[in-house]
Amino acid sequence: MGSAQALPVNVEGAETPVMHKAVGKRAISSLLSLFGLVILVFFLSRLTGDPAALFLPVDASEAMRQNFRELHGLNDPVHIQFVHYLGDLVRGDFGDSLRKARPALDVVLEAFVWTLQLAVITMTLVTVAAIVVGSITAFRVGSAFDRFASMLSLVGASAPDFWIAIVAIVLFSVNLGWVPTSGTGTVWHWVLPISVLFIRPFGLILQVVRGSMLSALGSAYVKTARAKGVKNRPIIFVHTLRNAMLPVITVIGDQAAALLNGAVVVETIFGFPGVGKLMIDSILQRDFNVILAAIMVTALAIFLMNLLIDLAYALLDPRIRT
Amino acid sequence: MSDITAPAPAAPNPAPPAKSSILRMLWADKFATVAVVFLGLVLLCAIFGPLLLGDAAGGQNLRARNAPPFSLERGWLYILGGDALGRPLLPRIVVAAQNTIAIAAGAVAASFVIGAALGLIAGYSRRIWSEVIMRLADVIMSFPSLLLAVIVLYVLAPSVLNLVLVLAITRIPIYLRTTRAEVLEVRERMFVQAAQVLGASTFRIVFRHILPVILPTLLTIATLDFAFVMLAESALSFLGIGIQPPEITWGLMVSQGRQYLTSAWWLAFWPGLAIILTTMSLNLLSSWMRIALDPTQRWRLELGGRVNG
Repeated sequence: MGSAQALPVNVEGAETPVMHKAVGKRAISSLLSLFGLVILVFFLSRLTGDPAALFLPVDASEAMRQNFRELHGLNDPVHIQFVHYLGDLVRGDFGDSLRKARPALDVVLEAFVWTLQLAVITMTLVTVAAIVVGSITAFRVGSAFDRFASMLSLVGASAPDFWIAIVAIVLFSVNLGWVPTSGTGTVWHWVLPISVLFIRPFGLILQVVRGSMLSALGSAYVKTARAKGVKNRPIIFVHTLRNAMLPVITVIGDQAAALLNGAVVVETIFGFPGVGKLMIDSILQRDFNVILAAIMVTALAIFLMNLLIDLAYALLDPRIRT
Repeated sequence: MSDITAPAPAAPNPAPPAKSSILRMLWADKFATVAVVFLGLVLLCAIFGPLLLGDAAGGQNLRARNAPPFSLERGWLYILGGDALGRPLLPRIVVAAQNTIAIAAGAVAASFVIGAALGLIAGYSRRIWSEVIMRLADVIMSFPSLLLAVIVLYVLAPSVLNLVLVLAITRIPIYLRTTRAEVLEVRERMFVQAAQVLGASTFRIVFRHILPVILPTLLTIATLDFAFVMLAESALSFLGIGIQPPEITWGLMVSQGRQYLTSAWWLAFWPGLAIILTTMSLNLLSSWMRIALDPTQRWRLELGGRVNG
């Protein structure tokens, strides 16, 4: 396993030419599809109605409405508004939130920090648990533990998260009183949202780990290692796990991206001030600038995360680096 | 000469198993058997439910507001309890099956047909079309689908048709990419080349030679996707942007029961259970199909139930 020590040095040297090109290409295509998304959302969201009707009292006069629209730049034809928006965007100005009368970017970043924490904690727990449990099930195929684990992942894949969330609230908050029903503040507020978000990615990644470990355990190099008298533990942790991780990392990336987009339903139920809840609220209240800023911030985060996934690939598989 | 007219050597996929053999393979996997029976029941509810129980499901009885479950006092219709307006829950769940299943089936069917057709084109033609179609799929995939659904449904009215449309569009890339990947592999096989040499038309090659080979994969995915679409629809209805009352789906029933969580848990619990059981059955059926429709895996089921798992 001499190559293991040489790894970190190799990565810096070997990745540069090819990886940079790939990253650049990906950045351009991501930017293009983000631009498409921004155009689509910009025009679609303005079709949902007039914010003046929503923010001013019912008996507001037409002059007041006109004033409101003028103030927020909603009076121009939509395509002119779009040009203005792009102009501001180039200067790094995402506009103001109608609802909070603050820069939209600040509002989004505040919410995004919450979502980021939730996603990082959940994915860390999921990854560790799924790899440990998945490895064990792959080692003991057909055992009671294996059957239990696949039953668990089946339920996880089948159950709607909003239903799990409200059943958990009834059970653990209302009846048993162990944890608060919703909101934030203490560590206990995090328990239910994390547990509910944990279930589906855990079941999915568990199955991938299991399948991937099974095929790795059946391969020739493991048989060789066994023939040399290597014990079970080093076989799992040194030989198979590293090879089995490649497909697992892809799934982890997909699931993490879904969480970064904001777990809309779970955040709504638990009153968690994350970016998913912010997006829904902003759409319903026609807070256009916040919707657009939220889309761009999460898109950037997902792009960066995909880069990390690619780096992890390169670390694990020397073939990809060349 | 005789070589050309002789039947293709080594048939690409063995003749599909006879009906009795399919039933035997189903019986070999008891979980899948139960799943199929349950799905059949749900389907019956979806088709005949509104006809048989439509009146009972709409009848309000304010004395039975939030009536507790497991009591036969008000007749068997109230066995699962009553909702906030005193409507019996059991018939409501049966009636709601129709919209729930219809929306999911419509969305899956639409995305299946469109996705597979585009995938066949993208996979079999090397022309510019392939590139255009794949970029389109990339664009759809890069959108956060729930967000898109929320915006579109908020702009258009959230009717059954619009819901089907939105869900179908977000699922097209799944079928498109799978079909294309499979076509790219299958088109290089010997029997396709043989058909080309024999002068078969492109249309015939694609539909008679390639499509049958990739259909099992697509059907397996569609079964799994049915569960996914059902969950997506119920999430949208739960958030209040899906189906609107008086129309009803299981997701909407959970949402309506949410405000009575502390006093009457059964309002949200039963429809949620209906969703879980249905999606779980679909998952089980899909994993059975993956084995049963794969000629190299089928022996597991033909030997009997002991070897699978």
